[in-house]
Amino acid sequence: MSASLAERVCPEGLDPAAPSAATPPGTSAATSTTPAPAPGALRPGAFGNAVGLTCRECGHLQDLGPHYACPECFGPLEVAYEFPAVTREQIEAGPRNIWRYQALLPVPTDITESPNTEPGFTRLLQADNLARELGLARLWVKDDSTNPTHSFKDRVVACALSAARELGATTFACPSTGNLANAVAAAGARAGIKTVVFIPSNLEHPKQVNSAVYTEQLVAVNGTYDDVNRLASEIAGEEEGWAFVNVNVRPFYAEGSKTLGYEIAEQLGWRLPDQVVIPVASGSQLTKVDKAFCELIALGLVEAKPYKIYGAQATGCSPVSAAYKDGHEVVRPVKPDTIAKSLAIGNPADGPYVLDICRRTGGAVEDISDDEVREGIILLARTEGIFTETAGGTTVGVLKKLVETGQLDTELETVVINTGMGLKTLDAVSDRVGPAAVIDPSYAAFAATGIS
Amino acid sequence: MSVSVRVPTILRTYTGGESEVTAEGATLAEVLDHLDGAYPGIRARVVDESGALRRFVNVYVGNDDVRFLDDLATATPDGTQVSVIPAVAGG
Repeated sequence: MSASLAERVCPEGLDPAAPSAATPPGTSAATSTTPAPAPGALRPGAFGNAVGLTCRECGHLQDLGPHYACPECFGPLEVAYEFPAVTREQIEAGPRNIWRYQALLPVPTDITESPNTEPGFTRLLQADNLARELGLARLWVKDDSTNPTHSFKDRVVACALSAARELGATTFACPSTGNLANAVAAAGARAGIKTVVFIPSNLEHPKQVNSAVYTEQLVAVNGTYDDVNRLASEIAGEEEGWAFVNVNVRPFYAEGSKTLGYEIAEQLGWRLPDQVVIPVASGSQLTKVDKAFCELIALGLVEAKPYKIYGAQATGCSPVSAAYKDGHEVVRPVKPDTIAKSLAIGNPADGPYVLDICRRTGGAVEDISDDEVREGIILLARTEGIFTETAGGTTVGVLKKLVETGQLDTELETVVINTGMGLKTLDAVSDRVGPAAVIDPSYAAFAATGIS
Repeated sequence: MSVSVRVPTILRTYTGGESEVTAEGATLAEVLDHLDGAYPGIRARVVDESGALRRFVNVYVGNDDVRFLDDLATATPDGTQVSVIPAVAGG
């Protein structure tokens, strides 16, 4: 019963309980009895229950290692697992951070013993005020602004750090739109590994400071994020010992976003929501939340049920939304022009998969203007006391638009993901909010304002 | 028309480990054809069966993504650098 529904809900190949075509453990580098050539010598269990890397496009399989593109077709690589039985009780007995899901991540069982930022298990808030404002029956906000460096990126970086450590990397690096740079610089400092982080030079000042405070090697690049990303890919191909979290250890890194999906389900009492609205930059987070839901169903940790996944973009960088609306299966790159800089990826690598997932689940991809992004930030702050950054303003604004356009069912239970903290993008709303009055310290002056 | 081509790690098995090679051609399509003559099989890694650029490969002529230019018909002036880079992205 649950298996047949899982097949209907989740695509083939993402079912972790299905017999894996991955390399048998006995032949993988992890358990090889002959000395492996450096840097391929992995300790047993270095990547937990992961058994290989499979190409999402053509299915080509390769051993675990610092690989990120399929040698056959350039397709992105996904971590393949052979999961043992995993119970709710085992997970609930774990630490109050993402490592409670160690068995479902490409990290070793002793992960909690190595210094890391211990992100995750952030609050899931029932958002009754915002629900009432928008006319929704039941709404939750998954608030990832409370992570150690105030965005969901601490989750993915913690998984990338584990991979970097297991692969013997000496430099921990990333190209970033800002939040990732913050997370990499902080995690590297805590782990005692050298960091180099690359950002577009026009990035918001707070995001620059939030990285530079943790690392001496913040590099501002004249160009867009896509230019920075390209530079990182070239450096990754030339420099030995560099782990670029979202380039050459990307398959491991990306798995960290699954923990958002696991936590939402666990915090709802081990069940899936009906609808989830997720911001789309590269599209990785959205695809991993879906993967997490599919894994939980396949492992029997939640009951199988249909759910809809919605993607949120800012119109100034909305290649995935445009492709969705045009009925295309490929995403045409754009040059970003939006205040939502953490979503400003003009050439989103996981865009095609976002389209697949939103269409498969009956969701949608929608976009809103920069003014609507600002309104979304203020709306969430005024209704729920959560100060989100522009990405969260985009998600809340898109939620509002989905309701207004009838694309979202207001009677169903909905979750929106707030991925980051408003203090990092103060400029977005600093001319929209401020003192209602500036007065002398006298009662008469106060009374004259009419504030009561 | 001689251009230099930056080769990504996963294609260096074709170029004997070289990260940069030279090729001839007035357009990207011609450059790829010429490369395939020197390093047989490399073209099919970049271009799919229908003759289009593969979905997960980005090719730059100079600093510009050819998807913003003329794709495979993009001109490759003498001395230009062509870069072939796997598509990855993430904030």
